[in-house]
Amino acid sequence: MKDFLFNFKMPEYFFVTGDPLIYGAYVSIVLVSLGILFVLTYYKKWGWLWREWLTTVDHKKIGILYLLAALLMLFRGGVDAILMRIQLTAPSLNFLDADHYNQIFTTHGTIMILFMAMPFLIGLMNIAIPLQIGARDVAFPALNAVSFWMFAAGAMLFNISFVLGGSPDAGWTSYTPLAGNALDPGPGQNYYLLGLQISGIGTLVTGINFLVTILKMRAPGMTLWKMPLFSWSTLITSVIIIFAFPVLTIALALLTLDRIFGFHFFTLAGGGSPMMWANLFWIWGHPEVYIVILPAFGLFSEIFSTFARKKLFGYKAMVFSMLSISALSFIVWVHHFFTMGSGPWVNSIFSITTMLIAIPTGVKVFNWLFTLYKGRIEFTTPMLWALGFIPVFLCGGITGVMLSSAPADYQYHNSYFLIGHFHYVLIGGTVYGCIAGLIYYWPKMFGFIMNERLGKWAFWWFTIGFNMCFIPMYIVGLKGMTRRMYTYPAGLGWESWNLIATIGAFGMGIGFMILVWNMYYSFRKGQRDTTGDPWNGRTLEWMTSSPAAEYNFAIIPKVKGLDAFHLIKKEKAAGVKEEEVELKPIHMPKGEAFPVVMSGFMFIAGFGFVFEWLQIGAIGVLGSIITMIWRSFNDYDRDYYIPVEEVRKTELAAGRRV
Amino acid sequence: MRLKTGYVAIFFTMALLLSGCSSLKSGVLNPQGPVAQKQYDLIIWSIVLMSIVFIAVIVLFVYMLVKYRAKSTNEDYVEPEEKENKWLEVLWTAIPVVIIIALAIPTVKTTFSLEKSPSPNQKPITIQVTSANWKWIFKYPEQGIQTVNYVNIPANVPVRFQLNAVGPMNSFWVPELGGQEYTMPGMTMYLWLEADKAGTFIGRSANFSGKDFTHMQFNVNSLEKTKFEDWVANVKKTAPKQTEKMFKDLLKPGVVKEQTYSSYPNIDVNRLDENGNPILEPQSPTHHHGNGGKEDNEHKELEMDMNHNSHTNHK
Repeated sequence: MKDFLFNFKMPEYFFVTGDPLIYGAYVSIVLVSLGILFVLTYYKKWGWLWREWLTTVDHKKIGILYLLAALLMLFRGGVDAILMRIQLTAPSLNFLDADHYNQIFTTHGTIMILFMAMPFLIGLMNIAIPLQIGARDVAFPALNAVSFWMFAAGAMLFNISFVLGGSPDAGWTSYTPLAGNALDPGPGQNYYLLGLQISGIGTLVTGINFLVTILKMRAPGMTLWKMPLFSWSTLITSVIIIFAFPVLTIALALLTLDRIFGFHFFTLAGGGSPMMWANLFWIWGHPEVYIVILPAFGLFSEIFSTFARKKLFGYKAMVFSMLSISALSFIVWVHHFFTMGSGPWVNSIFSITTMLIAIPTGVKVFNWLFTLYKGRIEFTTPMLWALGFIPVFLCGGITGVMLSSAPADYQYHNSYFLIGHFHYVLIGGTVYGCIAGLIYYWPKMFGFIMNERLGKWAFWWFTIGFNMCFIPMYIVGLKGMTRRMYTYPAGLGWESWNLIATIGAFGMGIGFMILVWNMYYSFRKGQRDTTGDPWNGRTLEWMTSSPAAEYNFAIIPKVKGLDAFHLIKKEKAAGVKEEEVELKPIHMPKGEAFPVVMSGFMFIAGFGFVFEWLQIGAIGVLGSIITMIWRSFNDYDRDYYIPVEEVRKTELAAGRRV
Repeated sequence: MRLKTGYVAIFFTMALLLSGCSSLKSGVLNPQGPVAQKQYDLIIWSIVLMSIVFIAVIVLFVYMLVKYRAKSTNEDYVEPEEKENKWLEVLWTAIPVVIIIALAIPTVKTTFSLEKSPSPNQKPITIQVTSANWKWIFKYPEQGIQTVNYVNIPANVPVRFQLNAVGPMNSFWVPELGGQEYTMPGMTMYLWLEADKAGTFIGRSANFSGKDFTHMQFNVNSLEKTKFEDWVANVKKTAPKQTEKMFKDLLKPGVVKEQTYSSYPNIDVNRLDENGNPILEPQSPTHHHGNGGKEDNEHKELEMDMNHNSHTNHK
């Protein structure tokens, strides 16, 4: 017993050393932490932080937390990307060695997909969905906070790998046997497994939460076929999450058992199958790609319709195409490893299922184009990002069809051609969608509009940089350059393309910095949004004030059709009298401390397991279970009513007649 | 003004891109054998089909942007009631279907044809490829010789590569001769390649396998048939024999130079674990696996014997 409790096996390196970049990171982590502690203490903000943010269950605040985390992760992943591009600027550079490069591309991929794209979109869902369907919060507000804090715990755990114990270095796909204990011992790969496991729980809970919210909490009159497209895309995404994430959970658990407890699921000795990881990973991984693209499709639909001043063209076709994409997403996973010898029948079938995805996606693109037809297109910044999405996503899409052809894929697989393709769809689709959505919903979150002029500068820097960065990758891919090479020899005709790509990457970086500067600049000098409807919006979220009151709607609106708020405005203009409805006290959930405490314990558990200190892991797991049980036995006094007087005061202050 | 900056930047990018296009003829777009040629044809066909889609969408996109942008002349815009058009939607569902059929048929045909020898009338040669941390080992079972980090093949002769691995997965890729296939531990896979003429082609690992993965580049030297035979005879005469110990040392992680051996030890790499140690057969008192597993083992033993025979024949 004593041996178990006090036996801390230290890894070879606990503190990562030996590189000025790492020392710089230590210093900056310590300085930033001290700075935050000082500011919070000096301005006596600890109570405020705890009450308003750490224990909040308000979907709007949780959304902001998600976006803040996502932007930080975008920065981290972006720095990784810039470091890789610097290393590849010219042949045979020694800016990074192989070990560092391998860690950096692994964290870049993992962070961008799981800790940037997903929380970014989930953040936007949090902000917009309850407002868009005319609800006062999500179905399970406290569970929503659990989702966020689980994600935060997982992301934090993954990120400290940089300085404590070393980062994972087997790629974001983490294929066995490379990622197994025999070939990659130490804490690095454990960080990957446990970071993803903990944040994955959060994502799964989000999926359940939004499914129930959308099915059960729509405003009266809003049937499914009167629901805005972003809500539809979130509903479908939630279903994909619920089906796909358990597969990841299982795969990670099996590999964790292999690595920490000596099981043999993926090792040759003992009869395991390394190939099984590739299957499990992509059975989750391909739907995951659609989890991050469908919400972006929803956002684009909203934005096109708003700024073309027109109903979305082919609404039902748009919904059906998303449904068929979600179904197809589960039957294409083998296309990630056509080259692993599945045989001609399997490859042919998965080639064809993959090509089929082009049909609903094509339908969507044409419907977006015809939404513009006969409209009046206003080139606001969100619209610019949405319009920019069409040509870049088109490039990603058609190269995707090229990749779907198995025999041709033998020549593209794992080459930079593939890298070009998936960055074109993931940046062109997801990131453009995220930024468009961020700027679009910015006034709803903070009550001011982001500066348009700076916004356009950011857009052009990013877009031109993006194309300069990734078009060359298609070409060097065809010239035989494979992904994850930390350097390359001269004389293969790759030099100039890599140089252009690096210049492009810096252009994207500048675009990102202008975007962030714009947030600060607009906070100081931006135009305030006093109406709550800065874009002349069509859906219910624009009916609330900016930012929306805690209870969202003093009176839940009645929905008469698609683009509900547009119809209400039209009726008002036609002089139809509004129904007089009496205000009632509003039932709201109270803040909860258990989500952040429980996730804190999960973080401790994860940290313990990463270093294979099972006693620490056990404390963390026990702690989170006890917190959960404690919460279950204290399930009363979790809600309160906002009195009518207070609602009236808030509404009057926002300039509304009640 | 802002638009103009955009145009200038786009022009600049295009100019840069075009300046590099003359050197496109290498790698995948420079097929040097029948397998690569089949894949090249398919790639070009898919590019043609996709160009149709690309042009159609871009033309529509630009048209919509120019025609329907907000101007002072359309300030009195009233939202049209039209919200869908059945025929248009049928049209843009049907056209992609046709395009996909046009791509799917050659895809399936090529997928099946790549399973067979590219030149069925020619007698093929078999070469066993093993990737190990971080090197390529090529065994010639018919000749009984072994090379490391380079492979010589006869021109105009179909080569049947038998792929396997010790340690992590790699992918065996020689773009100018044809597409890749993974090398996996515990499982043998096959890849047909053939070179049209003599020459040297660069191959590399296309799947990340750890620290020195980047350096897993190797030359494929295609030699005229007679020259190839001379080379084999020369190797058998002059190159050292490889002992079991030398082979095991070779499997240890690291980067090595090109090597040539006139013989190799009889070791089934499919029975080595991630670190190159023999996998001990599980000691099961009862036979859970049934006949399937047993047959498989016998088959492997048979294959080993065959290798051994061909080995001795050449001595």
